[in-house]
Amino acid sequence: MNASSQIFRLPHPLPLDGGQALEGATIAYETYGELAADKANAILVCHALTGDQYLASPHPVTGKPGWWERMVGPGKPIDTDRYHVICANVIGSCMGSTGPASAAPDGKPWAMRFPVITVRDMVRGLVALLDGLGIERLHAVVGGSMGGMQTLSLAANFPERAARVLAIATTARHSAQNIAFHEVGRQAIMADPNWRDGDYYGEDRAPDAGLAVARMAAHITYLSEAGLTEKFGRRLQDRDAKSFGFDADFQIESYLRYQGSGFTRRFDANSYLYITRAMDYFDIAEAHGGTLAEAFAGHAMGKGARFCLVSFDTDWLYPTAESRHVVHALNAAGAPVSFVELSAPFGHDSFLLDVPALDRVVKGFLDG
Amino acid sequence: MAEPGSEALRPDLAVIARQVPAGVRVLDIGCGDGALMAVLRDTKQIDARGIEIDGALVERCVARSLSVVQGDADRDLAFYPDGAFDVAILSQTLQTAARPDRMLAELLRVGRRAFVSFPNFAYWRMRWALLSRGRMPVTRHLPVTWYETENIHHMTVRDFEELARDLGIELENRWFFTREREIGPAGANWRAEYALFEVRR
Repeated sequence: MNASSQIFRLPHPLPLDGGQALEGATIAYETYGELAADKANAILVCHALTGDQYLASPHPVTGKPGWWERMVGPGKPIDTDRYHVICANVIGSCMGSTGPASAAPDGKPWAMRFPVITVRDMVRGLVALLDGLGIERLHAVVGGSMGGMQTLSLAANFPERAARVLAIATTARHSAQNIAFHEVGRQAIMADPNWRDGDYYGEDRAPDAGLAVARMAAHITYLSEAGLTEKFGRRLQDRDAKSFGFDADFQIESYLRYQGSGFTRRFDANSYLYITRAMDYFDIAEAHGGTLAEAFAGHAMGKGARFCLVSFDTDWLYPTAESRHVVHALNAAGAPVSFVELSAPFGHDSFLLDVPALDRVVKGFLDG
Repeated sequence: MAEPGSEALRPDLAVIARQVPAGVRVLDIGCGDGALMAVLRDTKQIDARGIEIDGALVERCVARSLSVVQGDADRDLAFYPDGAFDVAILSQTLQTAARPDRMLAELLRVGRRAFVSFPNFAYWRMRWALLSRGRMPVTRHLPVTWYETENIHHMTVRDFEELARDLGIELENRWFFTREREIGPAGANWRAEYALFEVRR
């Protein structure tokens, strides 16, 4: 569909939770649909860990359709005939926004000199973009997974900036298990000799093997066991018998290898380190003495945003209990909140896939 | 959407919709498809909150812009602060609670007052079915067999009044219904198919 690709240069240094400030940062973003004269019809969609701004337009590297094309477009649940939809690449990523692959003030890539960022820093970047676009209050902020973390962070830190907050398959804090899986991925990257302490830019080889392993491990967490069994079972890949070797005998092995290698063509290993770190540091309640309800105090009865949380029954990465935890905090804060656990077979990835009930909830919540 | 307030509400819900003052904070427990919440929003400027256990019904509520949380009243009421609502509504749900006495207490912890409706098991048709056939009644109002029903704590009007007395709960108002019509209070424990009470601490 018709998209407009733009780069926004932040006019001010971006203050970071780590204490530093990022000078001259840029944010790459796509927009779809017309912005109304009163600028009240803007919806910000926040992307997940390995997502990007190509929400409903073809990916420039892979040529594949936008990652949420089934949700965003004319007449779709996030209807671009009604809404001006914005999707921006987060700070720390690698699709045009400032990240470890970008040039530092000395002209060389930041690599591991890039400051460690947080989800709140990403959100600060997004809010700077909204300031630049003159959008004071979003019709809605929407996101799944890490995108959902950004929606909650925006609600907690900038309560006046969105009228609706739609957080799908997400959490208010990373659990020990979440951190553990990310650490496996980071160690896989760092163990790759081509990683060279992050200074691989301009070299012949990038740490693709490590990044692919990281992606493979993470990909398992996005699927459900039942889904894997149904899709692959113990079926063999292009052969009738086991090879008694270490080739990809099983379809699931072949699938994961394909996912891993495909990923390295479009993603920067250092960005993967930085963004997983940001997610691991994510704990909204931490700044509020551990009481999540305090974080949402700006949304008490009649003020602030309406919330909608959605979880999936087969998502074991951010299970329903995590959404409920957020819902209970919002209840305690007196914020208007809806919550539904949807049934879908695809695990965490359900938010990206064909779940008609999700379409109905998204459309109902946004149009109401 | 239908005209504000024009939806045909079940008679107990229609009474509640009439009784709840405009602009108050309302929690509707077991809100179903949100029919009452929608009427309260459209006629009383009430931004009500709901709890519903059935995901498909929650979905319909969200689609009509109501704030409804999928949850189990037995477990989830505990997460609401004391006095968070002016009015708590528990329609045709008390008899499904694991412990109706505790749910009633919770109701009047989160709400300053409450509307509670429930089927009256002492309704004469129930008594007659039990007496004549010796089997658990299946009626128009309670159409599910004993082994499938969610109604695990059947009670009567008199049982409820007695429980309220034991819990120190004040019965402020009462309404009785038979065949979807309001009836007078005389002989209600015989004549009423279901009852609605307005209660407070």
